[in-house]
Amino acid sequence: MRSIERSLDAIEAQGIRPVAISVDSPEDSRKLCQKAGYTFTFLSDPKAEVIRRYDVLHPGAGVNGQDIARPAEFLVDATGTVRWVNLTENFWVRARPEQVIEAAKALR
Amino acid sequence: MPFMNSRKFNWLVLAGFLVCVIAFLSFFFFFVRFPVTRDFPWVNLLLFGLAAILLVIGLQRAFAKADEYRGKIFGPILAALSVVVFGVFVFALFIVPRHLPAAHGAPQVGQKAPEFSLVDMNGRAVKLSELLTAPMNAASSVAGSSASGHTPKGVLLVFYRGYW
Repeated sequence: MRSIERSLDAIEAQGIRPVAISVDSPEDSRKLCQKAGYTFTFLSDPKAEVIRRYDVLHPGAGVNGQDIARPAEFLVDATGTVRWVNLTENFWVRARPEQVIEAAKALR
Repeated sequence: MPFMNSRKFNWLVLAGFLVCVIAFLSFFFFFVRFPVTRDFPWVNLLLFGLAAILLVIGLQRAFAKADEYRGKIFGPILAALSVVVFGVFVFALFIVPRHLPAAHGAPQVGQKAPEFSLVDMNGRAVKLSELLTAPMNAASSVAGSSASGHTPKGVLLVFYRGYW
């Protein structure tokens, strides 16, 4: 998230709109964005319905044992087709902006 | 003339323990911010290595030169605590983060991304199809970039664990 914000200009210059999704409420997302200075779109999926539909649910992994999302990135092109996927096997290792920009260059 | 019981303070043991604590905390408070030091925590592992060297030399002094240096009691205690701190670090960095569900059913390259409607921070419902067609905000794009005011080439969906 931090590195996306840091490279936001470069990502948007490629015509890519980053969108963050988690089970956090809009209120929690707003607090996070204020605290961390994130300026892109944050969406709330409190019941993890979309997270489930994308099969990126991590059951019981929240601080209070609630279901949350596992880290995952999908690049979707203008036709709604998935063009690049990053499913990390270690939540400390996340997609780097360079990877996203490289994948974005293949879109038209 | 100093008395025999006025042995020198074994600062190497204490320094080793402090470096160990710094090696642990600095990951979560600092090095986690940079992919180069987060993807593999090499700086922190180096610090743990330094802590181990300091502790080993300190303990050697405490036992082999016991008439010269202190630390026979607090040395092993701090060394044991350091081992525990290192163990927790290994657990938090190499064991816990790998227990992620496989996501075999996730949309794959070439497949359609499932449509959704979710609320944004202002409580407004936003659909994936809208995200794909709404013009990019000119204000947040690079000035003069071809992307300004145009529909996006794509949307990057970033699923994350949440504010935990």
